[in-house]
Amino acid sequence: MSLSGHARASRPGLRLAGALPDWAGIVIAILLSAFILLPLVNVAIWAFTEVWRYPAVIPQKFGFRFWSDVLGRGDVHLAMTTSLSLAAIVTALSAVICLPASYAFARLDFPGRNLFFMSFLTVYAFPKFGLYITIATIFIGLGLIGSFWGVVLIQLVSTLMFMVWIPVSAFQNVDRRQEEAARDAGASPLRVFWSITLPQVLPAVSAAVLLTFVNTFYETEVAWLIGAPEVRTVPLLMIRFINSELVVQYGAVLSLMLWVPSFLLLILARRFLGAQALGRALGA
Amino acid sequence: MATLEVKNLSRVFADTRAVDELTLSVGDGELVCLLGPSGSGKSTVLRMIGGFEQPSGGSILIDGQDVTRVPPERRPTGMVFQSHALWTHMNVFANVAFGLKLRRRPKSEIRQKVEAALATVGLEGFGERRTTQLSGGQQQRVALARSLVLEPKILLLDEPFASLDQHLRERLREEVREIQRRAGITMVFVTHGQDEALAIADRIAVMRNGRLEQLSRPDMLYRQPQTEFVAGFVGQMNLLPGTVQGGMLRAATIELPVPVADGPATLALRPEDIVLQRRNDGRGAQVTRVTDFGTHLSIEVGTLNHEKLRISAQPETGWAPGMAADVLPRRFAVYRNGDLCFTPPAGLNAALPAQVLPFTPPRETSLATAFPQATPLRESLVNA
Repeated sequence: MSLSGHARASRPGLRLAGALPDWAGIVIAILLSAFILLPLVNVAIWAFTEVWRYPAVIPQKFGFRFWSDVLGRGDVHLAMTTSLSLAAIVTALSAVICLPASYAFARLDFPGRNLFFMSFLTVYAFPKFGLYITIATIFIGLGLIGSFWGVVLIQLVSTLMFMVWIPVSAFQNVDRRQEEAARDAGASPLRVFWSITLPQVLPAVSAAVLLTFVNTFYETEVAWLIGAPEVRTVPLLMIRFINSELVVQYGAVLSLMLWVPSFLLLILARRFLGAQALGRALGA
Repeated sequence: MATLEVKNLSRVFADTRAVDELTLSVGDGELVCLLGPSGSGKSTVLRMIGGFEQPSGGSILIDGQDVTRVPPERRPTGMVFQSHALWTHMNVFANVAFGLKLRRRPKSEIRQKVEAALATVGLEGFGERRTTQLSGGQQQRVALARSLVLEPKILLLDEPFASLDQHLRERLREEVREIQRRAGITMVFVTHGQDEALAIADRIAVMRNGRLEQLSRPDMLYRQPQTEFVAGFVGQMNLLPGTVQGGMLRAATIELPVPVADGPATLALRPEDIVLQRRNDGRGAQVTRVTDFGTHLSIEVGTLNHEKLRISAQPETGWAPGMAADVLPRRFAVYRNGDLCFTPPAGLNAALPAQVLPFTPPRETSLATAFPQATPLRESLVNA
């Protein structure tokens, strides 16, 4: 009796306690998304604006004039091609070099394994820009400054982190017994890798590839340091637009275009991996 | 449908001999259990038979053919792992069908065989399920089906039910036994549970520190343990350290005539081989604890040297802590240096008049004066 009475009394209290944090959560969520989304929305509006003078809340004239302007420019075409091929080449090279390496790190035991493994981290232990300047001085001697392949080379260094560390933990997480069971069922070691190991690390490997691609695509400082002025990527072009041409719309249009690759990749990732697998792959 | 022979098999890890000169043969359609505590090397033996571990020495023969250096995918063995090791990115059907697909069997045959295998383990219609949607028992059934469908000559099971609860474990091992009998598969089953071994094995190989302690039928293993370790490991056993002097073994106030040379020896008594007889004069051993298991009572008795004897008695016989009793062994065995050195012939057991008395004597009394009854027993045994 006393027990049920107590339960009844505490129920409204419970409901109240449950409702309060909800409101707080909603308020925080709204503030946060406003904070993040407003600048994005602003840029998006600017990209489709032809006339927007000061006191007006919304632009006086919408249109695609600046889109055709931007798309018609030769330097934009060139920068897009450069950026996309740069990102693609760096990602592919990085995968070819790093994935076997990460398998080796995860599975094989060789002298100096840990030391070698940790050395990948040292890239991130120093102020990156300092490291790049040092590399740049070496590149000057090698005549790689201002060349496309020089940028590719230095970008590769910064991708090691994603392409080695993420797949290593994935390879380590594959159950050895599952691989043994496949051998037991009659599969050759190569077949085991193809049918058992690879499908299980695929989410993590895709996440690594995705991150590498997007990161390389948006990378600015190294591209500027090593590549300028000959190699012009889209972010570099944007900096020039912002610095030297006072047409806001150019920058806005270019930003919108810059979103496209990462947006597409994110959708692909969600589609094929699911948020959960992606989170797991990244160790979240 | 095959025989397995293991000859002088050894495996050395860094500085330990995980398996040490093991020799074992398994007959056609026989189920042999490798039983031992963890770290005894039983799993390593199994993994070497399966080809997942390279032996440091010795050889493995299946149907007379040396497979010691053959990789696992070309051995006629099938393995069921403790962790079931199902492929989580495939559904149940694909798991079971994987091996058949590798063998490039026609689709219809694969479907029919997989369904038959799933039916054998009681999982009809589970083909489309994801392995992660199954319970632990079902997962292990799938693992079993995955191995069975390839019709291995020898099925290896590495503590397959260790992670399941008691009831399920018992049911599954009965089913495995049933499948084994029906199909006549030769099986090697690794377990650290003696119940499991006693329940399903044709023969049990008890291992300790990488060596084979004893290989015999379950009943023989229980009744005639050849080493002190087996005696203590299989079933319950009271192991009492003592000494033999002039043909008389003294251990924890028990005196028994044994034809063994003088020196230290261990007396082994099964709880069910001891009869308790109540004493009303307060002398004798003290009952310290009584546990009612329903089928029997487990009674703990304190003896002179503060040793504890475990005795099992009929239920509802009214034993309670604090009672005094005589302890009368009916069967026993004597071990020296770990090996069996004497056990009375079977016919003699009933004749044992069981005059041996653990006893709490007054402080000053010596053993000899406290047990005048011991003498006739010695005579009766010698005369027998």
